[in-house]
Amino acid sequence: MTDAMGGKQLSELQIDALREAGNIGAGNAAIALSQMVNKKVGLSTPKASLIRLTNVPELVGGPESPVAGVYLNVSGDCSGSILLLLEEESAARLASLMVPSDLDVPEMTVVKRSALQETGSILSAAYLNALGQFTGLLFKPSVPGFAMDMAGAILDYVLVDLGASEDHVLVVETDFTVSGVKILGHLVLFPDMGTLSIILERLGVPFD
Amino acid sequence: MTEMLNVGVAELKVSDNSDILASFGLGSCVAVAIYDPKKKIGGLAHVMLPESRGKDHPKVPGKFADTAIPNLVDRLARIGARPKCLKCKIVGGAQMFEIPGSRNKYAGLTCGPASHIGARNVDAVKMALEKLKIPIVGEETGGNHGRTVKFDSCTGDVEVSSIHFGKHTL
Repeated sequence: MTDAMGGKQLSELQIDALREAGNIGAGNAAIALSQMVNKKVGLSTPKASLIRLTNVPELVGGPESPVAGVYLNVSGDCSGSILLLLEEESAARLASLMVPSDLDVPEMTVVKRSALQETGSILSAAYLNALGQFTGLLFKPSVPGFAMDMAGAILDYVLVDLGASEDHVLVVETDFTVSGVKILGHLVLFPDMGTLSIILERLGVPFD
Repeated sequence: MTEMLNVGVAELKVSDNSDILASFGLGSCVAVAIYDPKKKIGGLAHVMLPESRGKDHPKVPGKFADTAIPNLVDRLARIGARPKCLKCKIVGGAQMFEIPGSRNKYAGLTCGPASHIGARNVDAVKMALEKLKIPIVGEETGGNHGRTVKFDSCTGDVEVSSIHFGKHTL
């Protein structure tokens, strides 16, 4: 990943530190989700990894697979973006938990879309808050944008919005279980290059 | 032998072998299909950003509209296409999200909906084509949905498919 990191390479120690920060963020996001749906939320051990941006669609079944995406810009001490990706079925299950009266309506209603958008926003904020406390940095999320479409199309928009300077991203893959209902979600943090340096410095594992 | 070749983000590929050139899940990127119908030679570029801003990007000419199109035309000519007979079809340039107050570093904007990068990509592609006097004979751009493009480099047919609007041919 040499060229992606502006000529820098991440050490094992740095990747571990980023994983740990990601895990804490995901844990906080799970607590937020539990409070939202007022149900017990189980959380599998989140997987955190740095992967090539072009490979992100593979996490949710390839560039053409239908997904729900909630996208926020991040400003403050750091800049970047955060994206919650839910596979179509997980999105539908999560929406049904939020809008129970719509249980029998198979398609995504406006209300359900709105509920998912809000969920994405709250999960992202919880994640960023945890990351902020862990690093002592301020992360300010924007209002969320929402789309249900091909994973590749959503990713390509994010890639362009980032100014295309990075091609590796920090992915935290989380597997939530809400009252026995399985919901697979992916929170993807896209730190700008400068931001990644700042975060790593705060985690005590700076670039040399 | 006919093959399906994947043209990823910022890539460009040419074929004189009746291959299908495909780009999956285009959002604000633009797929530019240029072909010489009589010679049955065609190429596809998966353009990501409008302009290289004078920077020399020999490694990824497919990334920017203003470098991708001349490069694609050049490569088509090298395998026998006649520059004066070229035709073009363009697909993509959607606006996937609307976020008020979104920053877009590339556009240098601090406000406004992510600077409508899709529309700017389409404009930049059209300008580059105009410069080389290549007519656009088919277009499906804009909107807020993703698209997959399959370009038949032999016939010039471009199949566009999307989740919300099905499949059709340009």
